[in-house]
Amino acid sequence: MTHSITDPAFLALPFESLAGAALARAKQLGATYADFRFDRLRGHTIVVRDRELQTSAPAESIGFSVRVIKNGSWGFAAGVDLTADAAAAVAARAVDVADTLAPLNVEPVILADEPVYTDTYVSRCDIDPFTVPEQDKINFLLALNDRQLASGKVDHVTSYVILAAEQKFFASLAGSRIMQQRVRVRGDLTAVRIDKSTGAFETMGPAVPPAGRGWEYFTTVSGFAAKAEEVPEMLDEKMASPSVKPGRYDLVIDPTNLWLTIHESIGHSTELDRVLGYEANYAGTSFATLDKLNRLQFGAPSMNVTGDRQVEYGLSTVGYDDEGVAAQTWDIIRDGKLVGYQLDRQMACKQRFGRSNGCAFADAPEHVPLQRMPNVSLKANPRDVALADLIGAVDDGIYIVGDKSWSIDMQRYNFQFTGQKFFRIKSGRIVGQVKDVAYQARTTDFWNAMDGVGGRSTYLLGGAFNCGKGQPGQIAPVSHGCPAALFRQINILNTAQEGH
Amino acid sequence: MPGRVVPSDQYPQHRAGGTLIDFPQIIDRVLGLSRADACIVIGRQNTNANVRWANNTVTTNGATESVALSILSIVGRRIGSATRSYLPPEHLERIVRESEATCEGKPVAPDYMPLLAGEGTPHDWSAPPAATDIRVFDAFAPKLRGVFDRAGRADLQTFGFAEHGASTIWLATSSGLRRRHSDCIGKVDITAKTPDFSRSSWAGAATATFADIDPGALLDTLQQRLSWSERQIELPAGHYEVLLEPSCVSDLALGSYFFMTRRDADEGRSPYSNGTGGTRIGERLFGRVTMYSDPADSQIPVTPFHVGVASDGATSVFDNGLPAVRMDWTRDGVLRALFTPRFWAAKAGVPAVPYVNNLIVAGDGPTMNDMIRRTRRALLVTCFWYIRTVDPQTALQTGLTRDGVFLVENGEVKGSVNNFRWNMSPIAALAQATEIGRTGMALPREHDEFLRAKAPALRIERFNMSSPSQAS
Repeated sequence: MTHSITDPAFLALPFESLAGAALARAKQLGATYADFRFDRLRGHTIVVRDRELQTSAPAESIGFSVRVIKNGSWGFAAGVDLTADAAAAVAARAVDVADTLAPLNVEPVILADEPVYTDTYVSRCDIDPFTVPEQDKINFLLALNDRQLASGKVDHVTSYVILAAEQKFFASLAGSRIMQQRVRVRGDLTAVRIDKSTGAFETMGPAVPPAGRGWEYFTTVSGFAAKAEEVPEMLDEKMASPSVKPGRYDLVIDPTNLWLTIHESIGHSTELDRVLGYEANYAGTSFATLDKLNRLQFGAPSMNVTGDRQVEYGLSTVGYDDEGVAAQTWDIIRDGKLVGYQLDRQMACKQRFGRSNGCAFADAPEHVPLQRMPNVSLKANPRDVALADLIGAVDDGIYIVGDKSWSIDMQRYNFQFTGQKFFRIKSGRIVGQVKDVAYQARTTDFWNAMDGVGGRSTYLLGGAFNCGKGQPGQIAPVSHGCPAALFRQINILNTAQEGH
Repeated sequence: MPGRVVPSDQYPQHRAGGTLIDFPQIIDRVLGLSRADACIVIGRQNTNANVRWANNTVTTNGATESVALSILSIVGRRIGSATRSYLPPEHLERIVRESEATCEGKPVAPDYMPLLAGEGTPHDWSAPPAATDIRVFDAFAPKLRGVFDRAGRADLQTFGFAEHGASTIWLATSSGLRRRHSDCIGKVDITAKTPDFSRSSWAGAATATFADIDPGALLDTLQQRLSWSERQIELPAGHYEVLLEPSCVSDLALGSYFFMTRRDADEGRSPYSNGTGGTRIGERLFGRVTMYSDPADSQIPVTPFHVGVASDGATSVFDNGLPAVRMDWTRDGVLRALFTPRFWAAKAGVPAVPYVNNLIVAGDGPTMNDMIRRTRRALLVTCFWYIRTVDPQTALQTGLTRDGVFLVENGEVKGSVNNFRWNMSPIAALAQATEIGRTGMALPREHDEFLRAKAPALRIERFNMSSPSQAS
């Protein structure tokens, strides 16, 4: 959605003038490329523990950065003083960084071409969460917790919301001038049930994903309160449920869980910076190397995965990325085969992909843009395959709902995930919960074991606020849409046994 | 339309000597403007220089600065806050009023306690803050270029990151408390790989100045480990005796440390709960391991008082300024203390124990080489990665080995082994330590932002390697 930003607090800030001063100084000092990014970031975290407010901490951060290429080397600097002199000084510092570190650079930086834009992008948000009275937000969480504790089946509960608004201005020496505003919200709840006779405890949450929306997401869209209402009964049942017998099972995985498996095993493995080794010292590399492009059978033929920065309410959805590249949608996996990567302008040029697909993002004014994940989503089955159809196709299996623990190796082969709820399936029907479940697999084995894909009726846009990457560390919000899906003969661990 | 540039002489955002904002002056002004019953003001300034490289060439870099002012207003037993980085003088009163206004209608703070009394203004209160910039790498960059050249000649690719940060915190309260802390901390870590990425090794070090960092010595270590990898051995999942490098030990120790919230334990939702409404303080949970924090440690000093803008289960904003001293969390394996803010201490009738931002595992035993020499069969593990909690009841965590697992047999390294996914409680792992090496600086790989750790190598009897990982 594109229209104008009307927030007077942002519009009163001197970003245009700072950009002019910074870009002029960068050019004067010999930069062949320069961009200026101005960020105003607002955040508000509210946490309610049992029936008490634990914290309510709003914060606002404003700053800017200048990124240059001089003699083929990057230089980046960031500042907080909103004066023209300081902006020019930060540009000079970025050039100094490029000069200082140039002897370490053996590979001149060249960027893929991108048109020049003058535009404004504003994400859709019906109720600006920063205009909702703080007390209303606190009361929302207090009411959630009160209902949990009043059930008599929950001993402790912690709930929270995290609200974020991002306003950015991007200007480049080439002439782009782009303003953007995005809003996103996240909320969750963890209920704790303690067995007083043994001291054992279990936890559960409602599995409500974050979204690129406003406060309306909590009150009218997500069904947060209704989903939370189901937790005490389900948690009580989970406490009494049998511990899973380890072994191989058919799994029906709900989108509230599968989004995270997509994120870790597909999203990260198809980041081209990882493939090229840029993250080898931190987040890791990838098994999906360039020689496998258009060759690797990543998954079953029914597997179609897109990358996009355009889906409505997506956490990674923008008008333009932090290098001024317009948002796009493209295929990453088509009919099970690896066909695409996530790119920024430098990598797109270096690997001859032509144009960047717009995956540069920086999480704060003091951080340099990195290639970060777009919304990476598994397409729903064009046929209307219902959840009951997938469950009905399982003779002996488990239906997994909600994400919890996750871990994957640095080349994105070996992963292990748990969940919030695990329902035993026998002869095509759910027969009750089990507990202590983790599924462990190798990425391509897992996706090639996909034997059923749900239709649109099972589709959900999941996601995370906190995808970590880079040194210095940055976090990025990202969405993953997916239907429920069926996987055959996946290895299930018993986590209680693993601990002994 | 965007506004005009604020003339640089209208407010003191920039000043000579590394000062971005005159926090002592702003803090006095905020306290003067405050109409709340009590007020806490926290100023932070950070500067950072960093360089990152891959495939023996630089990739990203930066010389950056950031600031934040937090105003916490207390009206009755309610608390409200505002945090800002943009602080022109004409905005200050508005920010103060905003923090006061957020108290209205709010529930009382469950952790309310009277603010701590002041002990005078520290002598360095108005001294220039710590600062760093790209010049910190003037001596390091040529050495790093030498590493690129050497690695290239050895047909190796290096990937790494060097970072130096300087930060200063000012804390003041309406009760007269004034505390200030400045420090510098940095690190360098390097991964070396063969061109096909089939063999990999990692080493790193923390530093306060970068004057003591020799990337060439790190490359020596990497090359030695890569030479061990020339013979590659496939091993299956199973329980193995392991020799853990200090990096792994610090990650395990931190994994157990971050569970140490007294309130969680008292409420029965922690691995340190005793199951009958109390904690496991006094129980030998950690075998023979002694683990402590010491803000005054000469190598990894940290802020010697609590500072925070939000309360959580482990800390309280009302404890801002609470002195932190050496605290033994475990002694000879016995759990001795858990993080306890003052309000919970008063409720539980126990002493307050602040969280401290460094962690030391004690050890005065043999060197790793000596431990290898007396090993019949074990896996030597360089570092861990992607550690996540699986079960908070037992502190069961899952993670992976990374960039160097080696088979040691009959006192010698025989070759490198495939990586593993492991499932293990860090408490149970530390409890199984049968040999404790010599404590030194440690760079945790998973908890990579935690740069103030010291640990010895450990020998652990049975470590659950749950499945092999193909990653290299």
